[in-house]
Amino acid sequence: MKLKTIVMAGTALAFAGGNAAAQELTFVSWGGAYQNSQIKAYAEPYMAANPGVTIIWDESSNEAVAKLRAMNEAGNITWDLVDVVASDAIRLCDEGLAMEIDHDEMLAPAPDGTSASEDFGDLIVSDCYIPQIVYSTTFGYRTDVDEWGGNTPDDICDVFDLEAFPGKRSLEKRPINNMEWALLCDGVAKEDVYDVLETEEGQDRAFAKLDTIKDSVVWWSAGAETPQLLADKEVVIGSTYNGRLFSLIEEQDQPVAMLWDAQVFDLDGWIIPTGLSEERLALVKDFLYFATDTQRLADQAKFISYGPARASSAPLVSTHAELGIEMAPHMPTDPANAQNTFLYNYEWWADYRDDLDAKFQAWLAR
Amino acid sequence: MSALPPYASPLQKTWYYSFRVICGLIFFFLIFPIMIIVPLSFNAQNFFTFTPEMLALDPAGYSLKHYEDFFTNPSWQQALWNSVTIAPAATILATVLGTLAAIGLSQSHVPYKSAIMAVLISPMIVPLIISAAGMYFFYSRIGLQGTYWGVVLAHAALGTPFVIITVTATLVGFDRSLVRAAANLGADPVTTFFKVQMPLIIPGVVSGALFAFITSFDEVVVVLFLGSASQQTLPWRMFTGLREQISPTILAVASLMVAISIALLTVLELLRRRSERLRGLSPG
Amino acid sequence: MSDVTSDQVLTTQDGKPLKAALAKALRRERLRSLMLIAPLLIFIMLTFVAPIFDMLFRSVENQIVSETLPRTVVLLEEWDAGSGETPGEDVYQALHYDLMIASEYKRHTQLGTRLNYEKTGISSMFRRTGRRIADFGEVYADQFAALNPAWEDPMTWVNLMASDAWIADQQRWAASQDGPEPTFILSETAVAALPATADIYGAFAEFLQMEEGDSPTDEQPWNAVYAALYEDLADNPQAFSTFSGTNADLLREAVEAVPTFATASMKELFIDAEDGWGDAGNWAVIKTFSPAYTPGYFLSAADAQLTPDGLEMKPENQQIYLFLFYRTLLLSIVITLSCLLLGYPIAYLLAALPLRYSNLLLILVLLPFWTSLLVRTSAWKVLLQQQGVINDVLVWIGLITDAGRLVMINNATGTIIAMTHILLPFMILPLYSVMKTISPTYVRAAKSLGATDWTAFWRVYFPQSVPGIGAGAILVFILAIGYYITPELVGGTSGIFISNRIAFHISSSLNWGLAAALGTLLLVAVLLLFMAYDRIVGIDNVKLG
Repeated sequence: MKLKTIVMAGTALAFAGGNAAAQELTFVSWGGAYQNSQIKAYAEPYMAANPGVTIIWDESSNEAVAKLRAMNEAGNITWDLVDVVASDAIRLCDEGLAMEIDHDEMLAPAPDGTSASEDFGDLIVSDCYIPQIVYSTTFGYRTDVDEWGGNTPDDICDVFDLEAFPGKRSLEKRPINNMEWALLCDGVAKEDVYDVLETEEGQDRAFAKLDTIKDSVVWWSAGAETPQLLADKEVVIGSTYNGRLFSLIEEQDQPVAMLWDAQVFDLDGWIIPTGLSEERLALVKDFLYFATDTQRLADQAKFISYGPARASSAPLVSTHAELGIEMAPHMPTDPANAQNTFLYNYEWWADYRDDLDAKFQAWLAR
Repeated sequence: MSALPPYASPLQKTWYYSFRVICGLIFFFLIFPIMIIVPLSFNAQNFFTFTPEMLALDPAGYSLKHYEDFFTNPSWQQALWNSVTIAPAATILATVLGTLAAIGLSQSHVPYKSAIMAVLISPMIVPLIISAAGMYFFYSRIGLQGTYWGVVLAHAALGTPFVIITVTATLVGFDRSLVRAAANLGADPVTTFFKVQMPLIIPGVVSGALFAFITSFDEVVVVLFLGSASQQTLPWRMFTGLREQISPTILAVASLMVAISIALLTVLELLRRRSERLRGLSPG
Repeated sequence: MSDVTSDQVLTTQDGKPLKAALAKALRRERLRSLMLIAPLLIFIMLTFVAPIFDMLFRSVENQIVSETLPRTVVLLEEWDAGSGETPGEDVYQALHYDLMIASEYKRHTQLGTRLNYEKTGISSMFRRTGRRIADFGEVYADQFAALNPAWEDPMTWVNLMASDAWIADQQRWAASQDGPEPTFILSETAVAALPATADIYGAFAEFLQMEEGDSPTDEQPWNAVYAALYEDLADNPQAFSTFSGTNADLLREAVEAVPTFATASMKELFIDAEDGWGDAGNWAVIKTFSPAYTPGYFLSAADAQLTPDGLEMKPENQQIYLFLFYRTLLLSIVITLSCLLLGYPIAYLLAALPLRYSNLLLILVLLPFWTSLLVRTSAWKVLLQQQGVINDVLVWIGLITDAGRLVMINNATGTIIAMTHILLPFMILPLYSVMKTISPTYVRAAKSLGATDWTAFWRVYFPQSVPGIGAGAILVFILAIGYYITPELVGGTSGIFISNRIAFHISSSLNWGLAAALGTLLLVAVLLLFMAYDRIVGIDNVKLG
């Protein structure tokens, strides 16, 4: 430990000679494989090019909204760049906790000259948001379940079918996604899901459908739980983020396969907290220009199976950095996987989140 | 219970032995879960279960890779570093303040003694989630949230009750006539404190300090709320690890922490014996 | 010491009365002990007690409504929520100004989130309206601009609204560019003659200067300012009379034109933007929660809610907290009882054995006590899962089949087992310290008088160990009801405690007021138990190891 400190101090001194002052930036992300992919694809090349900058990572994206609010109350913003999902970005932007940005001015255009805002297209769901990746919440299942008699689930409703596919399931401990899937499998058409869910009867209907499997469900609250439960044979089928399943299947080599049906797309990207000093803001902007260009976003896909948010990055997605396998077929956006996707309604959930959450928790407790 | 009398009836004998078996089982319940993680931490696989190879005692089923991961992974090392820088600072603060207060409280005429005592003990009683929530909001307001000193102050506050309790315990049996004797013989209060009181309460101070240390070293709820990335401690990483990453490195860390607990416990036991010896010599 | 005579009070050698001298010495001693205690007391007050009180305060704090909608809230006082009719146009006008300002500061969404706790849908009502609010006064802005292009010039407004002193200061500042621009000051004439305009223009200038770092001399006012001007001129056609020069001319021209202006009903604009503004129920919520302090969070914490008609329980499918409190209590009792069941024999054995053996065995109790909570929780995770060690062993010895593996984790069973293990030392240690003091002679005496082993234990030994049971049980219970980490990791859905809900509201749902209210209730329960503990054991007698 002491040695490390000395080495670090030494390096800092060496840099101090060349640069005016070494600068430290705090980035917030999700930890795990995802954060690693960001470090490998963005932070390391950036620090190599800018030896005066050190980037430290805070694995607090889960609580980003709460912590940013607390920091804002205190008037002491210690974060420089925060990775959040789209719904949190919208919330942060609405509350003025995230900075509004001009995408075309701040971000690099595509190699063919297409402006950044056009390249990201509809994925810019908020004026404060710079999307990085498209991920999906979907199901993985074990391929070695004897009771299934050789059948494998290929439809979202197989999750609700305990007769054909007995065994434990894992679902996220919140209403989002579960309510939609339940309604879809209760015969509601995809485009009507939110209209139905808005009514008391619709909500009861979704709960009734979930009731049919309630006794067989293990509820998770962190993305890594399902992969672990699947690996430990604690569950036979479970929902989680597709990248987690990828690493379970390809990197850990477990007998698990993907069920892409009715996968729910979501976004992950950066926001800049409001209230940064000019100097830090300039540094953050410099990093963002670098880290969100077409090549960099495609590079991230070398480390994790999430689709780059720029249209121009898609053709550049190549092979996995260590395994050497083609990444394109593992992307949620790959046409073969995206045959039947479900569009998650941010606005609707922003309104009904608290209400349905209370009902959901009450339902769980009963 | 101490020994079975020779005239014990068969029923008494049966009860005597079955009671011992029951107690043995309870001791097993206490210790087994802690010990089970040690072999599992040498798992060559990445999961929390015994593999068939491990059960067959096949050397291929075992590996040191999780320990290697702990010692080479910069984020675990950072967590270790944070733990060993936060806990001692909190311990020193808690021990100094706690010892002074315990001495003050042990005097005979302290106004509002029980009210003061209740306030000072409260960090031990108030549920951690409430302390953490309160500190989170309050420290945010004054800019201490997410800082090294914020965590140190919070941990020191949580540790002081233990210091007060252990030091008070050694002072309870303290014979005040010794102080008067020293004063009679011309010693000033400071000399009296260091020459007479101090040697007697030192075991209490040290064991209080150990309690304060372990409180901070093991604490996770408060640091989870109050800390930021640069204050991530070992328990914090273990907590997120348990929820978010499938890595038995946690079990390797846990095994190391058990070793630390055993070391601390040994020190404490030695201290207790020393204290008992000293007390045996002291009059009264 | 002192001279004693029959008719004199006792004195010390230097002639002072002994009583006074003793009192002085006592005072000095008290002072000294307080000086020793003070640093820690202050430290705990600042780092621990103050934060807790701060949090308790959040559970009733509700200034956000009256601070974000100050004008609306005042007018709403007149409105009868029971009438079932929406408020009048004046309230909508006030709301227009309030929301305009709030949306610039981005506070309207926070308010929406706050009120959404009380009624679903209000959040998006505020958010969506916030996006369109800037256009509500456009019709007036356009007509003033068409009437005279001077109304589009920021300087026209500055000359009309600012005090002469400020204009002079500002010009001096503009020449030197030294430091920040002087803070905008309204002219008294404008405040008297055009109250609504002055009010909202003042807010506009403050926003520009404080938030944007811009100057009112460079920016055209919000559309809402034009709406306010229209309102003022329509109310008071003589407004121009107190002005002079260009200002008077401009206003006179405007007063003459105003009756011909096309108007817009704010009520219609609001309802057009969001249907919710035409729902008296939403207005009732705003009115109900407009006081600066509210029992609302505490009511939510008890599954109740405040409606315009008074107090009522939440719909059954939303009730959760009373049940969670009940479960927290129930599980804590079960855990305390299991600790007692397992801890009593161990403490008894330890107390009965000769010291050198009992010290050795005591280490087996202390080791778990000193081992990290997370280490022990992870151990139970490993042991209890369906493919875990215990199930494996049970299957191996044939007690259960592979398909019939027991579910012992992610439910209440998991929480009970793991927490019993974690809290058991807290039961054993106080029990042991009490039992150590029970003299074996009583039991011997009972036996020699013919009591059976059981009678001797039950009638003689056990009653003497009751204080230990009380101490241990309350300690375990106090610790149990506030647990967070272990239920979070092994409790699933049926084994979680109220603490887990508090954490959820702090970091996920961000309903900090409700978290504080739940925390307060939990804290009160713990403090009551703590007082009981103090009665039974005395805090001074807490022992550790």
